[in-house]
Amino acid sequence: MKRVVIEMEGKRTHIISALVLNKPGVLQRVAGLFTRRGFNIDNITVGASEKDKFARMTIISQGDEKVLEQITKQLNKLIDVIKVRDLDPESTVKRELCLIKVHAPAERIRSEVIQYASIFRGRIIDVSSENLTIEITGTPDKIDALIDLLRGFGIKEIARTGPTAISRGIKTI
Amino acid sequence: MKGGEAVIKSLTDQGVDVVFGYPGGVLLPLYDVIYDSDLKHILVRHEQCAAHAADGYARASGKVGVCIGTSGPGATNLITGIATAYMDSSPILAIAGQVATGLIGNDAFQEVDTLGITIPITKHNFQAMKAEDVPQMIKSGFYIAGTGRPGPVVLDLPKDVQEEEFDYNPNLKIDLPGYKPTKKGHPLQIKKAANLILKSKKPVILAGGGIILSESSPELLKFSELIGAPVTTTLMGKGSFPEDHAHAMGMLGMHGRKVANIVVDECDCLIAIGCRFSDRTTGNVEKFASKAKVIHIDVDPAEIGKNIEADVPIVGDAKITISDLIKTITNLKIKAEKEKANPKWMEYIADFKINCTPRLSFEDFPLKPQQVIKEIRESIDYETIVTTDVGQNQMWMAHYFTSKIPRTFLSSGGLGTMGFGFPAAMGAKVALPENDVVAVCGDGGFLMVSQDLATIKEYDIPIVVCVLDNRYLGMVAQWQRLFYDERMSHTHLGEVPDFVKLAEAFGVQGERVERPGEMEETLKKALKSGEPTLIDVIIDPDEILPMVPPGCGLTEIVGEYKVEREVPGEIPYKAPANEKGGD
Repeated sequence: MKRVVIEMEGKRTHIISALVLNKPGVLQRVAGLFTRRGFNIDNITVGASEKDKFARMTIISQGDEKVLEQITKQLNKLIDVIKVRDLDPESTVKRELCLIKVHAPAERIRSEVIQYASIFRGRIIDVSSENLTIEITGTPDKIDALIDLLRGFGIKEIARTGPTAISRGIKTI
Repeated sequence: MKGGEAVIKSLTDQGVDVVFGYPGGVLLPLYDVIYDSDLKHILVRHEQCAAHAADGYARASGKVGVCIGTSGPGATNLITGIATAYMDSSPILAIAGQVATGLIGNDAFQEVDTLGITIPITKHNFQAMKAEDVPQMIKSGFYIAGTGRPGPVVLDLPKDVQEEEFDYNPNLKIDLPGYKPTKKGHPLQIKKAANLILKSKKPVILAGGGIILSESSPELLKFSELIGAPVTTTLMGKGSFPEDHAHAMGMLGMHGRKVANIVVDECDCLIAIGCRFSDRTTGNVEKFASKAKVIHIDVDPAEIGKNIEADVPIVGDAKITISDLIKTITNLKIKAEKEKANPKWMEYIADFKINCTPRLSFEDFPLKPQQVIKEIRESIDYETIVTTDVGQNQMWMAHYFTSKIPRTFLSSGGLGTMGFGFPAAMGAKVALPENDVVAVCGDGGFLMVSQDLATIKEYDIPIVVCVLDNRYLGMVAQWQRLFYDERMSHTHLGEVPDFVKLAEAFGVQGERVERPGEMEETLKKALKSGEPTLIDVIIDPDEILPMVPPGCGLTEIVGEYKVEREVPGEIPYKAPANEKGGD
């Protein structure tokens, strides 16, 4: 009988939502845990939660079920972590915010960029003689698609927040 | 009240009567308070020893040990001791000084990011930025360190916080919404485990340090007798089960007893309690207990399924869970009218045990470590606390030395910290002054902490340090002999120092032992004298302990496993005088 913990079978992307104490050093504890235990971390976002005392972290990580189990258990061991849940991708809404500064000096190019932005439900939030800055929210795939489209015009700067997520319906963590 | 006073008040409120420490610039305000307080402060000669002593104190007594070091180098010197305590789940509170809050981040003199450095090696750590944080943090620190799976907690204490005045509020409530250790195992899992145990023909119990931490040795004994299962232990579990009991098989693992290694390989149900399946315990995980269903009981859910997959995982305190298992099995047994458990299996174990009892008696010169350990065992009672260092001395002790009582065998297991044995013995003696304490060290490890001979002399801490002196870093040398073509790269320590003179330079009694019989006489005399003593034991540098090479299964033992062929106690074989150089 094989009882060894085999890694990398059924590896997939996990969205881990963690409710943590809203105080200095918590991000370091969490990020350090991932490095130390050899778990990879694709993305991590932190922000306020529904309670003042707590902040919510959304961590995107790759791994099989075993790795995920360890991540969850190890996170739960941190005194500053209140709750941890692996969000089911089927019933989770995931959104990311992205700001894109595009090189658009000429009138014709500008209107083209603005059109693309509006197709993706983006907004122009800053204009200068040389550049346009677009704000777009959506799934990471949607943002990637707009970025690909705009590359031809010359992207000067991109700032992405990384995805944050919440489960659908009445479920909360 | 000032922050510094709050530290001492909070410690005494927690029942602390002794701390091990070393002052420094940023700790001046705290030490000024200690000057007037009733708290006993033991000034060590290196902060690492303060941490190990607090650890030894905790392991011997079960209480939280406290150590103090200053900022910067003081804090970094504590690190090894903190990490040692972390790996072995030992409850200590380490208080580290820090530069004043206004200077933090400026690379001030003796500043180091203690909080950042200690995150990976503590159960939790705190930085007090205001004096009013102090009582809350110390109270929470003790609670975190001592409950659930115990572990070290660090308090980072800036200089100005120690001086700051504040209104002390005696009504402290611990507010830790993210910390709720599980105590009781799930009843369904317990039922599953009970059924599995009753169905099994060849059950084995693997007892880890969790048995000692949860003080469940009486339950373990009852459990083993109830289900008819032999008990093997991890290094940390040594002492959790009386090793002279018919069911005891000794330690398992890389340097484990042959009987334990083979029986675990043969068993059909392995009940692992309070252990974490370290690589030194399992050997190659693919070959580990390959015929067995595994029941894994641990208070830390993260240990379950980490190294070895469990068929029946139970998260819970060992004491409560074993009691529940006993109850459930007793009820089921009454229904099944099953009387004596597994008589055949236990007969087989008993036979097997006799055939591979390791040989302890050797008349050789230079001394064989087995003979030394046998004489140590015969000179002390079972209440005596022994500590070991790390390396061959540790594994010889773990393998050959019989322990019967929890908290009497203290050793650095997970981190494998050379230099642990001596200061831990110091801490154990301070915790339990009525007990004799003997440290068994190697010459390499002892020399890493020998400056603290000053501490045992100054504070009159009458422990006996036995230095097993072979002038080699024996364990590394053993591996070089076995796996690196005897290329003895930097493992010979040379001919200095003279350990007897070293002891005497500190005012500590020094004795030398070279021949069979001398150890017993010298150790008894040393313990009777009530003085701190060092015994330099000259042993055979060529003696190795059979072992399981890394990557192999537990049955693949290399090296000759010398067994007691005749009646234990008799000398079955005497080496010719010229074989080992003669005398």
